[in-house]
Amino acid sequence: MTTPQVALEARAVRAELGRTPILHGIDLRLPAGRWSSVVGPNGAGKSTLLRVLAGLLPHGGEVLLHDRPLNALAARLRARQLSWLGQNEGAGDDLTVYDVAMLGRLPHQAWLAPPDAADRAAVERALRQTQAWDWRERPLGQLSGGERQRVLLARALAVEAEVLLMDEPLANLDPPHQADWLALVRELVRSGNTVVSVLHEVTLALQADEMVIMDTGRIVHQGPCGDAATHRALREVFHGRLNVASLEGQWVALPH
Amino acid sequence: MSAAISVPISGRARRPGWLLAIGLLVLAALLLVLGTDVGSRGFEDMWRSRNDPVATQILWDIRVPRTLGAWLSGALLGLAGAIAQGLFRNPLADPYLLGSASGAALGLAIALALIGASPFASAWVLRMGFTGAAFAGAVVGVLLTLVLAQGVQHTMRLLLAGVIVGVVLGAARDLVTLAAPETLQGLQAFMLGSTGYVGWGACAIMGAVLVPGLVVAWATGRGLDALALGESTAASLGLPLGAMRVALVAVLALATGAAVAQTGLIAFVGLASPHLVRSAARTTHGTLVFLSALMGGVLLMAADVLARWLIAPQELPVGVLTAVLGGSYLLWLMYRRSGVARRAP
Repeated sequence: MTTPQVALEARAVRAELGRTPILHGIDLRLPAGRWSSVVGPNGAGKSTLLRVLAGLLPHGGEVLLHDRPLNALAARLRARQLSWLGQNEGAGDDLTVYDVAMLGRLPHQAWLAPPDAADRAAVERALRQTQAWDWRERPLGQLSGGERQRVLLARALAVEAEVLLMDEPLANLDPPHQADWLALVRELVRSGNTVVSVLHEVTLALQADEMVIMDTGRIVHQGPCGDAATHRALREVFHGRLNVASLEGQWVALPH
Repeated sequence: MSAAISVPISGRARRPGWLLAIGLLVLAALLLVLGTDVGSRGFEDMWRSRNDPVATQILWDIRVPRTLGAWLSGALLGLAGAIAQGLFRNPLADPYLLGSASGAALGLAIALALIGASPFASAWVLRMGFTGAAFAGAVVGVLLTLVLAQGVQHTMRLLLAGVIVGVVLGAARDLVTLAAPETLQGLQAFMLGSTGYVGWGACAIMGAVLVPGLVVAWATGRGLDALALGESTAASLGLPLGAMRVALVAVLALATGAAVAQTGLIAFVGLASPHLVRSAARTTHGTLVFLSALMGGVLLMAADVLARWLIAPQELPVGVLTAVLGGSYLLWLMYRRSGVARRAP
């Protein structure tokens, strides 16, 4: 059995928000071409970790993207390789859906250069993947929360980066669209992309290939989602108030 | 995503910005003709009196630069408003937020107080001119805001620092007027806004700030679009946010400073212009900055013509008129939006 290639690696990563330490010496290796989900109780530092991995937060220690220090990469080069979808992204209500998705092509475009055929094709692909193509002329402000989330997901997909980091990508999505998102992520992984997501919904997080479990700014467990050790760690981190069971061949998390 | 839930393209498709641009340019040309025809006797056809040397002098030395100056000042404020709202990601952001208006008012108050204080001070003020003093005050106000905010990297800190500088410099201006009450009359004209003192020199200064300002704002338009989705998203797209902020704050400060120094405090033009553009056309920031400048120019020009015509031969202070019209517009906008919200399912 060969060891999977590592897409992203954190070495002794520490981060603070204001003067409050959030991450305490994180060591993490995220395999390439896999879907890893990060879970943990509120305030565990999941979103902060994702922002550090995306190079968006000053931090101690080191983050490596394919064995190269992230800080040493030029911003545009990093942006082409790492796509990030954050929680509660800003307003942008006046921009049309198409314009928002086209922003994902900024890392590929020369300054002031108009979008080319490749940009337009990537945007159309991304909007069709999230079923937002039909609303491309509508302003973002006229969409519902779930529709808006699909457009922001299209923006992240339009980057066509090898690694996608998504913080609560299922926020506001109804169950059918959550299922669509799962299918999309599996398709991305089949195509060789690496996906790292922070999810509050543990049942959906259990559909990933690998789970990273955090508590109070530390990683308490990393392993395959189907492992008994992972399920045990989940129970512990949620103080025994979560059971993991198998239902029709899938793992489900039941809070109690 | 497989389960297709298809929604048809909205009936409110994007109206092209170029159509609005043409409309605003035509309106500006009409207002320029109207503005040159409004004098102390109401409307008079100045273009027919071109053989009269006095009329020609009034036309080319007073009315044309004044009307053109109103357009330029409004355009600067419209541009600054679009930048402020994009940079601070706040639709209520005003070009005066960085302390330029209060700084300009303080600069002018000091200059007025210094006249007659000593021969040296008087000579200094005369050399600098009142508009120079107002511009210097605006620059000092913005620099104070930047120092207090420790740079331009933190939007909220910048916003807060601007508010604090505005209050402190406003209090300092009040102290100057208390110590030298004779400054009040001169200061009042500035506080109410006026295009009456704008000549060709002022037009040249405002034009020299407007053109590069528009180019810089247009060049950073996509960055402002990305910033609308959040600072982290914009940073994740590899944008040079630091350099972009520095360039935009510089344009914002210079545009506001130049406009305020030449025409005094003109309310609401900077705030309302971007809103009017957005309500008429779907735009990205690259086109919004241009259209907002065109809209600001037309608004101030129209207000200036009205201010001169309504109670001719007297003049209304143009700033009062823009405040009344702008305030009414914002009230209408609030009413319309709350009406839309009530009708929404």
